[in-house]
Amino acid sequence: MSNPSGTKTTTTGAVEAIPKPKAASTTTSLAHRLGRVSGPLIGLVALIIVMSILSPVFLTPNNLVNILVQVSYIGIMAVGATMVIILGGIDLSVSSTLGLSFMVVAVLYAKLGWPFWLAIIAGLVLGTLIGLLNGVMIAYGKIQPFIATLATMFASTGLALYLTNGTPILGFPTWFQALSRTRILGISLQVYLMLIVFVAAAIWLRYRPVGRSLYAIGGNEEVARLSGIGVRSIQLRVYAIAGFLAAVAGLVVGARLDAAQPTAGNSTDLLNVIAAVVIGGASLAGGVGTMWGTFVGLLIIGVVNNGLTLLNVNPNLQPVVIGAVIILAVLGDGPLLSAFRRRRKPNPAA
Amino acid sequence: METHENGVSYKLVATGLRKQYGGVFVLKGVDFTITQGRVTGLIGENGAGKSTLSSIIAGIKRPDGGTMMIGDAPYEPAAPLAALDRGVAIIHQEIKMIPALSVAENMFLGAMPTRRGTVDYRSMQEQAREVLQRRGVQVDPRRLVAGLSTATQQEIEIARAIIRRPSFVIFDEPSASLGSKETERVFEQIELLRSQGSGVVYISHRLEEIQRIADDVVCLRDGRKVAEWPAAAVSRGQMIQAMVGRELAQRKVEPARHGEQIVLNVRGLCSSTFHDINFDVRRGEILGVSGLVGAGRTEIVRALAGADRFRSGTVDVEGRPVRVRTVRDAVTAGIVMVPEDRKTQGLNLNRRGGENMTLPWEGTLSRSGFITDAIVRKTQQRMAVELQIRGNLDAPVGLLSGGNQQKILLGKWLVRTPKVLILDEPTRGVDVGAKDAIYGIIRSLAESGVGVILVSSELEEVLLLSHRVLVIAGGRQTGLLDRADATPERVMQLSVPAAQTSAAHQ
Repeated sequence: MSNPSGTKTTTTGAVEAIPKPKAASTTTSLAHRLGRVSGPLIGLVALIIVMSILSPVFLTPNNLVNILVQVSYIGIMAVGATMVIILGGIDLSVSSTLGLSFMVVAVLYAKLGWPFWLAIIAGLVLGTLIGLLNGVMIAYGKIQPFIATLATMFASTGLALYLTNGTPILGFPTWFQALSRTRILGISLQVYLMLIVFVAAAIWLRYRPVGRSLYAIGGNEEVARLSGIGVRSIQLRVYAIAGFLAAVAGLVVGARLDAAQPTAGNSTDLLNVIAAVVIGGASLAGGVGTMWGTFVGLLIIGVVNNGLTLLNVNPNLQPVVIGAVIILAVLGDGPLLSAFRRRRKPNPAA
Repeated sequence: METHENGVSYKLVATGLRKQYGGVFVLKGVDFTITQGRVTGLIGENGAGKSTLSSIIAGIKRPDGGTMMIGDAPYEPAAPLAALDRGVAIIHQEIKMIPALSVAENMFLGAMPTRRGTVDYRSMQEQAREVLQRRGVQVDPRRLVAGLSTATQQEIEIARAIIRRPSFVIFDEPSASLGSKETERVFEQIELLRSQGSGVVYISHRLEEIQRIADDVVCLRDGRKVAEWPAAAVSRGQMIQAMVGRELAQRKVEPARHGEQIVLNVRGLCSSTFHDINFDVRRGEILGVSGLVGAGRTEIVRALAGADRFRSGTVDVEGRPVRVRTVRDAVTAGIVMVPEDRKTQGLNLNRRGGENMTLPWEGTLSRSGFITDAIVRKTQQRMAVELQIRGNLDAPVGLLSGGNQQKILLGKWLVRTPKVLILDEPTRGVDVGAKDAIYGIIRSLAESGVGVILVSSELEEVLLLSHRVLVIAGGRQTGLLDRADATPERVMQLSVPAAQTSAAHQ
């Protein structure tokens, strides 16, 4: 596997650490396992090759960093969304949580005169609370995740507009805005933040007992429960993490714009988040998905949007291409999957 | 073969059926005949090709070679509906009904009567009611399937299959999830079909059922027909030998002596489904739990394992009272349960064997909080050796045979040696060879001092393995028998609530 940047090696390492089936075992299961990740990866490489042929600017370091910057807040939310989707749920409220939590930060700071650091903490707490509310409704209220988070999505979007009557709040401490301009080794802080979140989540999912149990719960909740896993408390935690990460993404957006837009965190952001997870090979049925896959999916979205902009394609056509990419990604998995199913049938008799 | 009284007796004759999946032959040229008015028992280990054979006959799968004839006409069904049109029906092992639809709708699924382009509900319900009544099934055709018992659903399934008076009916292990009383009802249906002149194929792992109901017995092994007998002329031993290709050891073995120390003491256990359950289990003892399906056996052990809450009562492990409210509580106290349905309760089918086995133990197996692949692999290898699991443990467990799945499920709960091991239907849907291996595992676990609670619908299994037998009927404990007193008759007597005693004694 190719590794454009050093930090990503860790994520790759995690994926490669999946034990290879022994030589004796079937090649199909290896292909199946790799297929989940290699399809999108091949797609990404192909996209990068095509874009660099079509546009001389594309492969410049500056542009590549730019792509990472553009997707960083989506990426942070996508980490939470991947966990939720592996768990077998969905969180429609992440992008509106992003909007509301930073709007609250801004109101507390600009209108109520709170110290900025305290306002930031309040924003993070609020994001976590929205996630917890989702979790309580889903784990204890037995409300379907789609419905529960649809409700919180509406509520937080509305609240963000209500707080300031729809007007944006401008002007934050200069150090805050400076954060988004600071670069280490030519890469902005928010990119490092995103990468750290990805790597931490990947390690958690692969090596920590609680993280690993997400796959068990998403695969079959009853099996997980009868295995002694505290299903509900884990559901609660995961939705809370998703809410918290949305609030973190809100800070990233706020620092970059130096403004709290009540319309920040719109549905396009939400769709990009879900698209990144789905392109990365996670299944909405639960139990399947990796952070590495989501990261590749995220880069695909970033490259498509960036490349099309460089090529002067009408921005309204970008979602059309993303739509096509989603279908291609799922189809790419398809043949491998059906090969897997074909092997599955004889087996009761083998 | 003799002809039948009612004039023409058709046969469904399959010749040289072959079927392969991805290069693996599961049927290697099988000849098979179904005769009207006779019941053919079809036996064989899991994977012998029974299900594939019946699927081909019922039009669910197409053969890769061979021919089928009904009477003198070629028979090549392209779909189950085409098979039904030719009078061939199948009743599946797993009940396939849509819970959100009514009984009548389920029965006529895919072929609902219509009137001016819309479904004629009145006629459909009428027809359904008539068929159900004729079969003695007491259920309102208008009610939803959701909430009906497995046994009732099975009867509806049978009624559905025979609405169109098929000439040939295949029963694919209908008794796998039924108790003996329900199985008895299935037999009544089969007798009825036979007397009406239908040809019946009955597939089962339970040889005593085959001996009871079949006229002829056919045995498959590794995709070939290895033996064929008139049912009256074949012994149980012969059948087993033909199925596995060897004689089975382990049969009439007395269980090893158990210890005296009480590992589990249950007093006054109550919930909404059972009342006042009292028993204890000693070190190394195997306590069988018997009773009809729905008597509350599973509910009791699930409560002990923390899967469901119980209302009152005490549970002591090694003399110390424990509070069991969640599965984790039970596991911590040393009580673990292998649940009855490995596919929906026991295993994560699309994950590997090792991942399934470490799942309950990740907190204790982790090193400085991390579970590495090496830990999973080591656990998997250790359990594979201990339980002699020969399947490919790196494949998703859903791809493995029933026997190997069951061993992996056992392994999952033996990663740490429990004090009390609860087994709910540990050999359901596994072949004779794997069954024997599982018996061996249960015995050696008991010998090592584990207290075992064995719930099983197969009375034979309970009596074979247990030191004592706890009998449950209607949510109450009706007996706790020592091995010497636990005869099949006695256990049956206690299992059947008084009012039904006469009905169950044939």
